[in-house]
Amino acid sequence: MTSAPLLETRALRRNFGALAAARDIDFRLEAGARHALIGPNGAGKTTFINLLTGVVRPTAGAILMNGRDITAVPEAARVKLGIARTFQINRLFRRLSVLENVYIAVAERVGAAPSMLRPAGRRRDVVEESMELLDTLKLSADAARCVSELPYGRQRLVEIAIALGLKPGVLLLDEPAAGVPSAESHIILDAVERLPREIAVLIIDHDMDLVFRFARRITVLVSGAVFATGTPREIGANPDVRAVYLGQVARG
Amino acid sequence: MIAPPTGWSDHPAARALAGRHRLRAWEPIPWLLALAFYFAFPKYLGFGTEVLVTILFALSLDLVLGYAGIVTLGHAAFFGAGAYTVGMLAKHGIWNEPITGLILAALVAALIGLGSGVVLLRTQGLTLLMLTLCTMALLEEAANLAHDYTGGFDGLDSLPIAPLLGWFEFNPLYPRTQYLYVLSVLLVCFVFVRTLVYSPFGQSLTGIRENILRMHAVGAPVRRRLVLCYVLSAAIAGVAGGVWAQANAYVNLGTLGLDRAATVLIILVLGGHGRLYGAFVGAVAYMALAHFLSKIYPTAWQLGLGLLLVVIALFARNGILGIVEAAVRRQHAPRVT
Repeated sequence: MTSAPLLETRALRRNFGALAAARDIDFRLEAGARHALIGPNGAGKTTFINLLTGVVRPTAGAILMNGRDITAVPEAARVKLGIARTFQINRLFRRLSVLENVYIAVAERVGAAPSMLRPAGRRRDVVEESMELLDTLKLSADAARCVSELPYGRQRLVEIAIALGLKPGVLLLDEPAAGVPSAESHIILDAVERLPREIAVLIIDHDMDLVFRFARRITVLVSGAVFATGTPREIGANPDVRAVYLGQVARG
Repeated sequence: MIAPPTGWSDHPAARALAGRHRLRAWEPIPWLLALAFYFAFPKYLGFGTEVLVTILFALSLDLVLGYAGIVTLGHAAFFGAGAYTVGMLAKHGIWNEPITGLILAALVAALIGLGSGVVLLRTQGLTLLMLTLCTMALLEEAANLAHDYTGGFDGLDSLPIAPLLGWFEFNPLYPRTQYLYVLSVLLVCFVFVRTLVYSPFGQSLTGIRENILRMHAVGAPVRRRLVLCYVLSAAIAGVAGGVWAQANAYVNLGTLGLDRAATVLIILVLGGHGRLYGAFVGAVAYMALAHFLSKIYPTAWQLGLGLLLVVIALFARNGILGIVEAAVRRQHAPRVT
């Protein structure tokens, strides 16, 4: 008996009016995976992440986690199941400190957030864990600063820190290095490479250096459909994929 | 080899988070000033009571607007609900004990907050603003139509409120009891709100205010939190309305009106929202200014207030306290070479 993959989609489809942003996507993410999702702009990569996290409901098809159908599970409950994501454009708590940004996520995960009559700072466990997490991302020196004062590259790290505060089993990184000046992009690469082994990571990025360095498996999405899946070597050698990336009409 | 650090409690960020709920040295000052006012201006205690009630009402608004980022123009609905609860119970001879009366006022306002909040808080921004306004208008019209119970347009006057603790009479002409009573109620509610905003729950409200989509993405039950915050805020606004009715021994449609809802919003923005003490600063500044301007320019005093608001909106989006905070930060900031 083969064990079910950690996360799986079966014939997942999403239409926006006449546009099919996801066409019958069959996808498997194994435990501990380092999987990249690439494709031209408008290929439906972010829609796919929105489908996996429950932000967008599929028109048809199913999403399974450890073999269990979670298609109808709402967004917040999927987080509790261990699916966390970062955003292509920063979604931070802009006027709060870096520590508070992570505190909010950790407090939510450990169930401290509904507590009303105790000061937030008294939850030492939450503060300790948040600081520890910031330290692993080399952000502890900035912990007291307002997050909007940080350079953009470090703000992108806070994006990742918030997601890691949820202790996910599956981490979906939506263009973690987007908008980061090339002088800073190595800090994102380093952070992505040092993510805990046990987390299954799905990364979307246009930076082929990052993708080929990081991923052990690559899925190419074109016009909402899976165009090719394979190891970085296979994908790199695939002439059709090259054609798509050169903007020519691919022949299959 | 250096031993690894055993904890982060000494880190400046952790210290700031762990210590922000502690009482700061200046925090007793407003309360001492309020007490000093009682002894220094016995002739102005009526005005002082009105200011204290307004602070309490603005504080309730700060919880939803300043912390949770719920934009509402209908908060007087809860003030009025509390005021009419106290007024109708007293006028119809059902209940006139002041302290339990306030608890009932809070409960009624909280129930209305729950009923409306569950529906309204599905929306955001302008839609939410209009719906809060509509809710308040519906309540006002209901109070207007239910003449037999509410006194309609005339309201209910000469409310027979029982002496406080069975001993201290509420004398509308010499409101000493009212002043100290409202001050005590304000203190109790303030301690509650202060505790709340520094708790993990309060932190999650600021998270909702700063980025509601991210709060969904970290698995927070956003709407449940918002409704809970709305209900608590409604209860406090209900208490404010309740003490107002008790202190003045009357209640009228003005407690439910747009005028009151808009004024409290202006007061909070003037003082600085999301800052706890913005309600204090805003209420004192606005009401003192309105008081003196109306004496100097009985016909055109609102022009002065309008100009002040334009200045605040243009140059001080965080209100008076925002200006103070910026000045303090400049003093303490290390000099950049």
